Amino acid sequence: MTELVSIRDLKVEATSDAGRRIEIIKGVSFEVKEGEIVSLIGESGSGKSTIALSLMGYARTGCRISGGEVMLDGRNVARMGERARAGMRGAVVSYIPQSAAAAFNPAHRILTQVVETARIHDLMSEAAAKARAIELFRALALPEPETIGFRYPHQVSGGQLQRLAAAMALITHPKLVIFDEPTTALDVTTQVEVLRAFKAVMRERGIAGVYVSHDLAVVAQVADRIIVLKDGAVQEEGATGQILHHARHPYTRELLAAFHPSPRAGEPIETNPAAETPLLDVSDLVVGYGGLKADGMPQITAVKNVSLRLEKGRNLGIIGESGSGKSTLARAVAGLLPPASGKVSFEGRMLAPSAGKRSRQDLRDIQIVFQYADTALNPAHIISDILGRPLKFFHGLRGSEQDVRINQLLDMVKLPRALRDRRPAELSGGQKQRVNLARALAAEPKLILCDEVTSALDTVVAAAVIDLLKELQRELGLSYLFISHDLSTVRAICDEAAVMYCGEKVEQLTPAKMDSGGQHPYTRLLFSSVPKLDPRWLDSFEHDREAVSAA
Amino acid sequence: MRTVLFQLLVGRLAIGLATLFIVAIVVFSATMLLPGDVVEVLLGQAATPEAIAGLRTAMHLDDPAPVRFVHWLMGLLQGDLGQSYVNNLPVADLIASRLPNTLRLAGVTAAIAIPLSLFLGITAAVMRGTPYDRTVSILTVAVISVPEFMTATLAVLFFSVWLGWLPALSHLNHVDSIGDMMRVYAMPVISLTFVVSAQMIRMTRAGVIETLDSPYAEMARLKGASPARVVLRHALPNALGPIVNAMALSLSYLLGGVIIVETIFNYPGIARLMVDAVATRDLPLIQSCAMIFCVGYLILVMLADIVALMANPKLRG
Repeated sequence: MTELVSIRDLKVEATSDAGRRIEIIKGVSFEVKEGEIVSLIGESGSGKSTIALSLMGYARTGCRISGGEVMLDGRNVARMGERARAGMRGAVVSYIPQSAAAAFNPAHRILTQVVETARIHDLMSEAAAKARAIELFRALALPEPETIGFRYPHQVSGGQLQRLAAAMALITHPKLVIFDEPTTALDVTTQVEVLRAFKAVMRERGIAGVYVSHDLAVVAQVADRIIVLKDGAVQEEGATGQILHHARHPYTRELLAAFHPSPRAGEPIETNPAAETPLLDVSDLVVGYGGLKADGMPQITAVKNVSLRLEKGRNLGIIGESGSGKSTLARAVAGLLPPASGKVSFEGRMLAPSAGKRSRQDLRDIQIVFQYADTALNPAHIISDILGRPLKFFHGLRGSEQDVRINQLLDMVKLPRALRDRRPAELSGGQKQRVNLARALAAEPKLILCDEVTSALDTVVAAAVIDLLKELQRELGLSYLFISHDLSTVRAICDEAAVMYCGEKVEQLTPAKMDSGGQHPYTRLLFSSVPKLDPRWLDSFEHDREAVSAA
Repeated sequence: MRTVLFQLLVGRLAIGLATLFIVAIVVFSATMLLPGDVVEVLLGQAATPEAIAGLRTAMHLDDPAPVRFVHWLMGLLQGDLGQSYVNNLPVADLIASRLPNTLRLAGVTAAIAIPLSLFLGITAAVMRGTPYDRTVSILTVAVISVPEFMTATLAVLFFSVWLGWLPALSHLNHVDSIGDMMRVYAMPVISLTFVVSAQMIRMTRAGVIETLDSPYAEMARLKGASPARVVLRHALPNALGPIVNAMALSLSYLLGGVIIVETIFNYPGIARLMVDAVATRDLPLIQSCAMIFCVGYLILVMLADIVALMANPKLRG
């Protein structure tokens, strides 16, 4: 096999707002042979997307390729004029983005956008391009391949859009396809379908690929070779099996270790629920959106008759795919979205449906931590103001008393005290999530609702946040209602997990039963869809979506 | 899609009618607050109190305000705008003689201002951060800050007084050729273009910048699309909503808010008709003009909503 891509000593420079130049890619070199799939793996900020985009001669706003050469199909993309680059983009090398939902133009029909690449480069007639698009839709296992292209992007699901983006990338017979975290935004059950479609098409057509991801297990399924990146430099490079089993570099080992979080060593649950009033008792909760119908039920029901019990000092996980009603359930418990019917009681006290009517004590006892610390923290306030607010509101702390407590809170979440005068934008993702957590702790709650708190974080950072949550629980006797779509994190922290599907709780499991797969077909599908580090896992995956729909 | 559009239209019409009714009340009440009345203006200072009282009764000005309001509203509903107090001509005829002039001025201004604003807004967005972009931004801010009487007066000073190229006043009855027309319209149109373009340029620039930063614009670049294609095909359609809204607001200003420019250039448009009506306390004329401005505004805003809706497949349903 000959080399399709050869990157030599690539350097990319970014200009900060203050006008300072920072080298974000520090001399990276690697090759991709024809028909080979190479994966770039690393956490966010490691430069993996930047390197992948440089293969198209593209640098995001504020960045530029400052050195080295990027040989693609015998031509140096780094030294090309913008017009020549545009001529290669889409034709020789094409791109599948992380979020196809954002990358499809909302104003045009899907088919128009899929064939656009072929039309820009004038590679085939409009009719030929459309015929090929439909053929690709079929190869990618999309439903209704003849007509799906006539829809607008908002009319198809996320998993389908991701495959449609692949069709858009493949329509011109490119030699190289760049996959930029193409399944990160998808549910595990959808991810399996998309990965299978990608792999089948790539293998069949012998196209080379660069697969960017932070998920080792996903990469294990598709890549021939893995390149591990950190801080804009290559840490380790090797065949997939070699990296998975004989990793040499400490950072690679850390990535692998984060993949196997230690399960929670909880003592067996005493099956004596009547003896003690549970901390949280949710019964027959119905929550929905839109106006009320004649029978008093909401137009769209997001949570249907869900009942839960959580004992003091225990953690309950809520798992399920997006749209299953997990977050809505948490919002109803917190009083942010009053339920249509059903009861929520806390330590035996009945809670008012909406937060506005709850007593200060009730509000203090239940705190919620949201998924995106970016949007949950007011960007205009400094950290000490963010933490000072709940201290003043719940405990009336001011001045030096408040200062002391803010320092304690920062210590608790293991953040340096020097951060107290910074604004959220100056913090990293993991640090922001710790501030988010510290704000919840400021109220001194008994229950914290964690809504996908680690989903936006890198594997290693997420593992550290989970460890912190466990430690705080030991010290403060907290309970967590832990919402996540990620089974391994739930397994790492929860004593029990409830599985939600289409707004209903289909099953409640202990960690031991999680491994055996559960009773309900959906639970089994969910658990079996989690990619394993074994490279043969995807090919041997048994697909039973139909069994779920039937049930 | 038809149903969504239909619902929107019906809803907007209902709100529009309600708005018109409220505006009618406000306009009527506001004209009641004007000091003096038409009788005093008509009869002059030498009028005897008896003559004033007699004429008032003859013109039904003694009726209580609510009665006169209902009377006027009923007339409006039947399409009767009433008679002018001052010269006893039907208000409809007076307006009909002036409205085309205003529409022509607005049309010429829009035909220049809209393409100009789109061009400057889009090019500034594409060349964001360059000296060109900064120049456009500074100029638009400067133009927003300068009041229109200033612009118009400076234009007269410059083109009519110093250069002597253009007539200071717009006499529409001497228009025989295209050259004449351009000479008549040049200064009012320049002044108005200055006033209405700034807002449109700013909205266009902001809207296009936002969509150019979007992932789908990046995707288009990565598909090998040329810069022009990225802007015109991918960015602009998604920025259309706010841009069209800014245009509607600017154009509605051209229909009713050009009093100062029409007055300075002595242009016989509807805004000047209204100013004259205020001077003579010609209430039916004032009220009708105000209602026409309001109807024009509502129609433009509704058109903008429809265009924004058509441009967005998500809202089309």
